[in-house]
Amino acid sequence: MTEEPMRGNRRSFRHLPQNSTNSDVGPPAYQRGWSANIPSCNAQLFGKINLPVSAEIRCVVALAITCVWDSEVVLRGFSRNSFHDLKGCFAKHMTAQEVRLCGLLLQEHFGEVVERIGTHLLRGGAQNLRTIANETNTPLDLVKKSLCVLVQHGACEFGSGRRGPGSPVEYRASCERVLRVLRYPRYIYTAKTLYGDTGELIVEEVLQRGHMTMSNTVKTVADRLTHNMEEGRSMEYSEVVSAFSKLVETHFLQRCPPVAEMGTAATSTTPATPSTPAAPASTSPPTAESNPDCYKLPHVTLIGRGKRRRSSDDSEEQRGGKKAKMDSESCGDEGIYWLVNFERFHQHFRDQAIISAVASKLDQTSSEIVRTMLRMSEVTTTQTAAYTQPLSANEIFRSLPPNYSISRPILDQYLSLLVDDPMEFVGKSGDSGGGMYVVNLQRALANLARATLESVVQERFGSRSARIFRLLLRKRHLEQKQVEDFAMIPAKEAKDMLYTLLSENLVQLQEIPKTPDHAPSRTFYLYTVNQLPTARLLLQHCYKTVANLIERRLFETKENKRLLEKSQRIEAILASLQASGAEPEQLTEVEEMITAPERQQLEALRHHINKLDSTENQVDETVFLLESYIFSTKTKRERGREGGEPGG
Amino acid sequence: MAGRGRGRGRGQMTFNLEDVGIGRGDSLPPTTFKPSPLFPPMPVQPVPLQTGEEVEYMLALKQELRAATKTLPFYIRRAAPKRDVDRYSDKYQSGEPKDSTIEWSPDWSRLPKELCVKVREPRGKRPTPQVKRTKKPLVGKEEILTKLETLEKKEEAVNSEEEQDEEKKKTNEEEEQADEEDYEEDFEEDTDYIMSYFDNGEEFGGDSDDNMDEATY
Repeated sequence: MTEEPMRGNRRSFRHLPQNSTNSDVGPPAYQRGWSANIPSCNAQLFGKINLPVSAEIRCVVALAITCVWDSEVVLRGFSRNSFHDLKGCFAKHMTAQEVRLCGLLLQEHFGEVVERIGTHLLRGGAQNLRTIANETNTPLDLVKKSLCVLVQHGACEFGSGRRGPGSPVEYRASCERVLRVLRYPRYIYTAKTLYGDTGELIVEEVLQRGHMTMSNTVKTVADRLTHNMEEGRSMEYSEVVSAFSKLVETHFLQRCPPVAEMGTAATSTTPATPSTPAAPASTSPPTAESNPDCYKLPHVTLIGRGKRRRSSDDSEEQRGGKKAKMDSESCGDEGIYWLVNFERFHQHFRDQAIISAVASKLDQTSSEIVRTMLRMSEVTTTQTAAYTQPLSANEIFRSLPPNYSISRPILDQYLSLLVDDPMEFVGKSGDSGGGMYVVNLQRALANLARATLESVVQERFGSRSARIFRLLLRKRHLEQKQVEDFAMIPAKEAKDMLYTLLSENLVQLQEIPKTPDHAPSRTFYLYTVNQLPTARLLLQHCYKTVANLIERRLFETKENKRLLEKSQRIEAILASLQASGAEPEQLTEVEEMITAPERQQLEALRHHINKLDSTENQVDETVFLLESYIFSTKTKRERGREGGEPGG
Repeated sequence: MAGRGRGRGRGQMTFNLEDVGIGRGDSLPPTTFKPSPLFPPMPVQPVPLQTGEEVEYMLALKQELRAATKTLPFYIRRAAPKRDVDRYSDKYQSGEPKDSTIEWSPDWSRLPKELCVKVREPRGKRPTPQVKRTKKPLVGKEEILTKLETLEKKEEAVNSEEEQDEEKKKTNEEEEQADEEDYEEDFEEDTDYIMSYFDNGEEFGGDSDDNMDEATY
């Protein structure tokens, strides 16, 4: 496939001197930011458009160009007031792959009705109740039920309409929140490793129900734990309460944000919200963090034990009285709902990723030092910080875990090793207190993302293509000849590999004209890799992958539906027979109702489904890394822009 | 004049082919006439999945979560479409979800008023009387009926409570779901008759009486 660069509409570097060498040249900063918005194939086909215009018009132009690229159709809504604010997690640019994946997740967890409503909201932006009902041809009651479910789980928010407080309430769905559903097993497992079975069940209950009151959670978890314990033992509420409070103290659980009043001038009932006094239409929806009470436990005393559910009547009567009492008394924390703080979990995952990267690059002791530093800065670092607060070497020495007793000079050596490492995990920010050190969070994330990209190229195209890719990442812009020379790969093969990478959009082609008339024979053609757009591209690929995996799993289940139902029925019969004490012959007779080939088929099916499921989990880890990197780069840019950088 | 270059060699182009990397004498890969295949053969096999205790635990968690969400009230199913004729048994089969009721009770103060849907209470109060009954009941009859029903409901409240708990316990064990549903149905409605024994009477008369050698009693 020949690549024939097109003429016209190319960016010209007239302002550069004619004899500029390759190393001077690079796209100016504002262009770099702009190019991140267009999918990379269009950059290659149509070139980058040098229009100093506002973001909206740029996006419209990008939309016009983008229609050839199916997996990256960008959908857009228009903002009218701050409820439709760009900055919230209800970002309007959702790709088709994201919407498709969200639809599949909603369908699996909440059914088809919610899926239809949810995808309609995701595609169409904010809409009111009637519009949704009409456009999706769903009965009004079903729409209401679905919206209740979506709001309960935080996937949808409502606010006053565009035309002011009098217009009907509008709802909008959050793509990002729905995608979190993919990560639920990871959250639950993390809670288990940190706080044991109790913590695990608490997080699982809160995730499944969206948000819950503390008393409800404690009761349900105690009952579940009691059920799994041996006969005669039951779980004390106080133990569950202590696990719950630990989760709240470390910010893994937080209170739900208070609901913004709509349409009425009445102030909200919780006194602590700072955002209520202004008219509702002009305030952004309150986040959980805006409530200063969001990590305060309610003052409720929950005394009791978990109840074991039995079928026998005597225990029922024994506890019958107590149960009635528990249900009828209100525990005093009505209206205070708790939800899982995803950002805190993400912080934890990010720290884990950095620590394991240090462990695999350097050694166990260095990773322990970095772990100590991160633990000390857990509360002082904001979520979007580029690096932790500076810590002195003395503090680090004091806070090292007791089983890692290294002497002070050794610690200093380790720290200087960490600082000198090219991955730049740790930086030195001063010399007081024995040396002030920071963990470079943003740079660590960027390095981790880069390693992911390189590994993807290596696994898909081979190690030599990976060598070319890494070379281009380091050297930014190289000509074809230079690529061959630096990578030490024969010309023909290098050319082949470069074109394969180019066709997959992992590498872009950049033209530098030498003369004002852009004569092709007198133009430099440079290959380049931009990390951020490539990361975005890979992220979309990941979403597409997960959606394909889910679809394949649904297909496999549907194909073998008859067999699955049969096996379920037989298991049910077996269980009931065993419960009523049947003889082994009867059991084997029932078991033989499934023939051997059917058993094989079932085994194969189970194996496939397990594989597909664990692949989803694994892809989600990559998704997390790439998302964190993209988000941290975006906030870094916004911080820089707010700091008054020219251009934008 | 424009066609002069055609036919000679590869054809003249406006830029130098060597710059792009296609040297003299190189043959280009063949042009493609159709879209790439749906499942192209992979040059490299993908890396095997991670294994380990952690991975397996998360896998089990994921599958359990998926199964559990189907049983939660948040899983919204459409109500089954009404059959052509209203049947007597419809009154006693209340296991199906209804479009107009919600199966759990959210905190209505956190939701906009327009989303308020009637909450369905499976034990305790019945939902508002069926459309049939509101048509033209005699006042006396309705009172008696509702009194009888509340009495039955109270009796049943203990039973269905116990059986609801059982139900919740069994949701964790996927195996016994099917069994449980059958068991439940027999208890759910407020008659003393077991549902599966209920005979619509539609199959009556289907047996042929022709070759009756045995006497009927």
